[in-house]
Amino acid sequence: MWQFFHKLGSPKWFYGIATRFMPWLLVAGLMLLLAGLVWGLAFAPKDYLQGNSYRIIFIHVPTAFLAQSMYIMMAAAGVVTLVWRMKLADVFVKAVAPVGLVFTFLSLFTGAVWGKPTWGTWWVWDARLTSMLILLFLYGGVIALDRAINDEKSAARAVAVLVLVGVVNIPIIKYSVEWWNTLHQPATLKLTEKPSMPTEMLVPLLLSIAGLYLLFGWLACLRMKTEILVREQRTRWVKDMIMAGGR
Amino acid sequence: MNAKVDAVLKPVGTGVGPVQAMIAVFSRDVRVAFRQRQDLLNPLLFFVMVVTLFPLGVSPEVEFLRQSGAGILWVAALLSVLLSLDHLFRHDFDDGTLEQLVLQPQPLFLLVLAKTVAHWMLTGLPLVLLTPILGIMVHLEGNSIAILCLTLLIGTPVLSLIGAIGAALTLGLRSAGVLLSLLIIPLYIPVLIFGTGTVAAASEGASVAGYLALMGAFLVLALTLAPFASAAALRISMSNS
Repeated sequence: MWQFFHKLGSPKWFYGIATRFMPWLLVAGLMLLLAGLVWGLAFAPKDYLQGNSYRIIFIHVPTAFLAQSMYIMMAAAGVVTLVWRMKLADVFVKAVAPVGLVFTFLSLFTGAVWGKPTWGTWWVWDARLTSMLILLFLYGGVIALDRAINDEKSAARAVAVLVLVGVVNIPIIKYSVEWWNTLHQPATLKLTEKPSMPTEMLVPLLLSIAGLYLLFGWLACLRMKTEILVREQRTRWVKDMIMAGGR
Repeated sequence: MNAKVDAVLKPVGTGVGPVQAMIAVFSRDVRVAFRQRQDLLNPLLFFVMVVTLFPLGVSPEVEFLRQSGAGILWVAALLSVLLSLDHLFRHDFDDGTLEQLVLQPQPLFLLVLAKTVAHWMLTGLPLVLLTPILGIMVHLEGNSIAILCLTLLIGTPVLSLIGAIGAALTLGLRSAGVLLSLLIIPLYIPVLIFGTGTVAAASEGASVAGYLALMGAFLVLALTLAPFASAAALRISMSNS
């Protein structure tokens, strides 16, 4: 296990592994997401109350789900950066923060599109929506701080501290719909309880979440590889690889 | 100048306990602040001016002001604390005092806590004391003003404590001011929501005990965790320069 841990600290090793896994992540992710979306948008039954408009759940829930779990992953990577000073953890945070920003925006946007026909308004200042908006600001802050500090190592550690401080917001988002009596409906999926939606709707939703997760993995690998190349541009292995015409 | 140097140099001795060091840092910060009185006044003036903008810019009607007065005062207090945060570490950073603090044998988080408490005494507390006057000017009722002062009394230390993290993170950066607001405002939002929520509940005649307990919980949480984060951030910023 420790050997694996040490290897994980090596950008070169990660670069090789990522290159090998990325096609699989891409193909599997695309297939699952496509299956989930086609099933969900075209074949799943209509909702008895919301009609067809509920179908945006197959995009809304996966993006919101990922936006939150990305932040948790970043926080975990932040701990690794602060404790073990592992370069890859920092590369991960830097690569994922803009993706998290985009996904948070997407979940807010799809939520607004869903809110218009269902609630009759694009936006309400309810707990879940507001805390997702705060999450958007947090991602923005992380990116801004990272850009503002020139020194790579201090930037990594400062960003890690900021990410960890912002983690307070995650449980607030998670439980906001239960603590406060809000307009936003309670969580659709729970690990501990029987799902509240029929199987024909649940399976495509799970498929799209899994697909988006894998696609996110692919995107994270791609962005991390780019960042590694920029950081390691003066090292031997990068030069050798470029000279050999490899990717 | 002499007193400033004295207070910093005193804790160097090995016999100085953490509490003594905290008192030394605290009293030094207060003393330095009172020698630059304008810096003390500026956030207060800003607070009053922001509050003035709302009756002039939105509506001077009694109904509107009574309804949104608490929110206006909270937002203004939040902004003026934010504005004053830049001074928390900046001067000490520029003249090298901060470097000496980091090198002290006493735990850094305690010294940072002392600095933060001093910052609150010099900005947050005066804001709370000014609030009754401004509360009357925006036509708040007596009970609402009392509750508002209470929430600000609990809330402004939280603002200082969280703000210290941001101030430490952005120390020595070029565009520190704007960046500081970007980092800190998202973290201030929960405090603001509960601060104004308490006053709203009170004006509707509902019980505020739950709200106040939650705000107290924020304070305890910030008091226990924020100094560690600020100290860590300070070390990072110091190693950067």
